[in-house]
Amino acid sequence: MNEHLLSMHDLTADDVVRILDTAESFREVGTRVIKKVPALRGRTVVNFFLENSTRTRISFELAAKRLSADVINFSAGGSSVAKGESLKDTALTLQAMGADAIVIRHSSSGSPLQLTKWVDAHVLNAGDGTHEHPTQALLDLYTMREKHGRLEGLRVAIVGDVLHSRVARSLSWGLVTMGAEVTLVGPPTLIPPDAPAWGTHVSYDIDGLLPKLDVCYMLRVQRERQRLEFFPSVREYARLFGLTSARAATLPDHALIMHPGPMNRGVEIDSDVADQPGSVIEEQVTNGIAIRMALLYLLLGGTGEAAAA
Amino acid sequence: MTATVMAVDDIRRALTRVAHEIIERDKGAGDVVLVGIADRGDDLARRLAAEISRIEGTEVPVGVLDITFYRDDIGLRAEAPEVHETAISFDVSGKTVVLVDDVLYTGRTIRSAMDALMDLGRPHKIQLAVLVDRGHRELPIRADFVGKNVPTSRADQVRVQVTEVDGTDAVTVDRAQEGA
Repeated sequence: MNEHLLSMHDLTADDVVRILDTAESFREVGTRVIKKVPALRGRTVVNFFLENSTRTRISFELAAKRLSADVINFSAGGSSVAKGESLKDTALTLQAMGADAIVIRHSSSGSPLQLTKWVDAHVLNAGDGTHEHPTQALLDLYTMREKHGRLEGLRVAIVGDVLHSRVARSLSWGLVTMGAEVTLVGPPTLIPPDAPAWGTHVSYDIDGLLPKLDVCYMLRVQRERQRLEFFPSVREYARLFGLTSARAATLPDHALIMHPGPMNRGVEIDSDVADQPGSVIEEQVTNGIAIRMALLYLLLGGTGEAAAA
Repeated sequence: MTATVMAVDDIRRALTRVAHEIIERDKGAGDVVLVGIADRGDDLARRLAAEISRIEGTEVPVGVLDITFYRDDIGLRAEAPEVHETAISFDVSGKTVVLVDDVLYTGRTIRSAMDALMDLGRPHKIQLAVLVDRGHRELPIRADFVGKNVPTSRADQVRVQVTEVDGTDAVTVDRAQEGA
């Protein structure tokens, strides 16, 4: 394993398999009466969230607590950051307090990498700007592998606001590493110009694709990240790219419907579709805890030095 | 220099004897459950269960325990230790749990296994069955059932192979070179 988890680009197929296999064991811990193991006793994990987040922060907090690590939650509001402290000074403060791992979410792409230059702690990227969200990608890969038994050759469509989506970047790169066939779907304005270099296909037509899919991954329309108008109206978007009941009916029976949350019901996904049997959106959340436990364990469980033997 | 200390038949006879001893000690096998420590301990546990079933006609539940999260050397080794699966589908509370492992050495694995078991419930008793006891305990732990005592030096390597994992049954000792 690497020292940090910053990008899906840093992970080989073997690394991904190791993380998913380790998560498998941690998921069993979540089914016990006592959902806690002493693996990371005495370690300190700081959740450093400078952007709003509920599920990722709680998921990381639960993951660290189930490993018996001490957890400190630190968010922008009401902290020294609100008083104007720089990222560097805040990071050095966390370092001085003896953090073993820092889980960072930040609105600026690249801030986790920057953080690694200032601190000795292991850094885990919990979402940086419009760049990457590797833990989400890994829990999605876990869910797909669990349901389909494999990742290689899976036909996956990632639909929606790919341009602003760090989930889409991390997931596409992860899927391509694992040999899946990925198609990015959305209005041309929301497909990044460099997308062909990711090793994915691009399509502007969702309807032709649905009957051939193993996984239909819907992205959230991120209205808060759109400074310009990328599509004329939400209604038009929903009509052209939303996963309606009628569209979902054209998916093969074995196909999974996934969404990283939080959902805009009625925009990118119909309420009925989100709750139908093929939808594994809630399982994605459960698997997220196991994946984050696996990552904390793999990063903090060794000394990080080369093996002596 | 490698010496075979137990061959296929030796292992089979040892497991048969241990199965008899478990039945004798626990007065039948009614409340007994076997929990093998991954990996290889679980394979031995399944074989013991089959023996007990053959002798006594009692089906004994078998579980697999992974002790990785309970190890006392996490963070001391270069890489995080590899994690295996824990699969115990029954309640251990009130049961006589026989932990099964291939080699008993420092006793640290067994200490971890007992901690792990306690988190899963409150067994009435915990006993320990091992195929090989090679000595050099670092904790006050002893086995209740031993397949074979094998005197070793700390530098020796004891290797247990089971058909389920390795394709063959054997216990071998790589003796450390003189002066090495």
